[in-house]
Amino acid sequence: MSCRRMSPVSTVSSQLIYDALKACDIRLMSALPETWLVHLVRMAEDDPEMTLVRLAKEEEGVGISAGAHLAGVKSAMLMQNHGFLAAINGIVSCAQLYRIPLLMLISFRGDFGERDPWQTEGGAVTEDLLRALRIPFTYLDRADHVAHRIRKAQTLALSANKPVALLLCRDLMWEEAS
Amino acid sequence: MKRVDALQAIYGQLTDRVVVTIMGAVAAELQSIGHRPNFFYLQHAMGLASSMGLGIALTRPDRQVIVFDGDGSVLMNLGGLTTLARYRPRNLVHVVFDNESLLSVGGFPTATSTGSDLAGIARAAGVPRSAAVRTIDEFTRAFDDALGARDLTTIVAKVEATGPSKYVTDLSLLENRFAFQRYLQEPGI
Repeated sequence: MSCRRMSPVSTVSSQLIYDALKACDIRLMSALPETWLVHLVRMAEDDPEMTLVRLAKEEEGVGISAGAHLAGVKSAMLMQNHGFLAAINGIVSCAQLYRIPLLMLISFRGDFGERDPWQTEGGAVTEDLLRALRIPFTYLDRADHVAHRIRKAQTLALSANKPVALLLCRDLMWEEAS
Repeated sequence: MKRVDALQAIYGQLTDRVVVTIMGAVAAELQSIGHRPNFFYLQHAMGLASSMGLGIALTRPDRQVIVFDGDGSVLMNLGGLTTLARYRPRNLVHVVFDNESLLSVGGFPTATSTGSDLAGIARAAGVPRSAAVRTIDEFTRAFDDALGARDLTTIVAKVEATGPSKYVTDLSLLENRFAFQRYLQEPGI
């Protein structure tokens, strides 16, 4: 189901991200939708070349990406940072234990500019958790480096056989003045 | 029914199929019968064996995938049953060995011991074919039917809460992982 009401989520940036993932030969995407990801999920759904797997909980996506990787198919995971929190055991005891590359695109809610009170705790711990888990990460906060950073993140994930993360930031994803 | 006897009874049918198992007794017993490169044992990440099976089944529709799951693992990822049902990979057979306990960590009873019905949950989640079996004969019949049906099937096999004397085997986790990947990506397989 697509979101028909006007949304301040950037379709232009979402398209840039989507095109960059396609350029990296991503053919399977698992997702648990949240506001910032609505366009990306719809693009995946509308793309006959993409297998979109809508999850009940983000940790499932780790298993699905692991299976796809072993079968030779490149995948990406789309989730909110709270979804990343919910997926941590799978990330550690499946992806890290078994050296599975994961390309995780995590919407970085709860950072400066956040107006939803319920997002603020997750935002405050996301980067420290990524560091504690020794997951290399960087930020997607400007249109001009999206394609380059996604490509480099995937290159590292595949050469290291490890999870990597890209934090989708408000300045890229949200068009309304905060 | 003992799980190891159930595995033995269908072992011959695993030859050309992709097999993913959970940790603990299932992994150790299947290895005791005989490891093959088309077997992958997810030795941790409880709940995710069925998700891995889904990832393989969706990306390799030409292969039949068999997941050997357990009651404790399924209970940790009940939402995964709804995802399985939603995408309905017709090339996936999902076997749940239900011993009503978390055997490898001391045998604590799970909720299936007090009546939670995993075959019923699978059915209600939308899995098109499901069966609950208690004997080797029932199990082998249900397994044969599932392979022939070419549709997503969950078979819940009630088994005794007994297992091997040890769970660590001489197959290292990463050796298994890389050999399994190589097997899956062999040309012509």
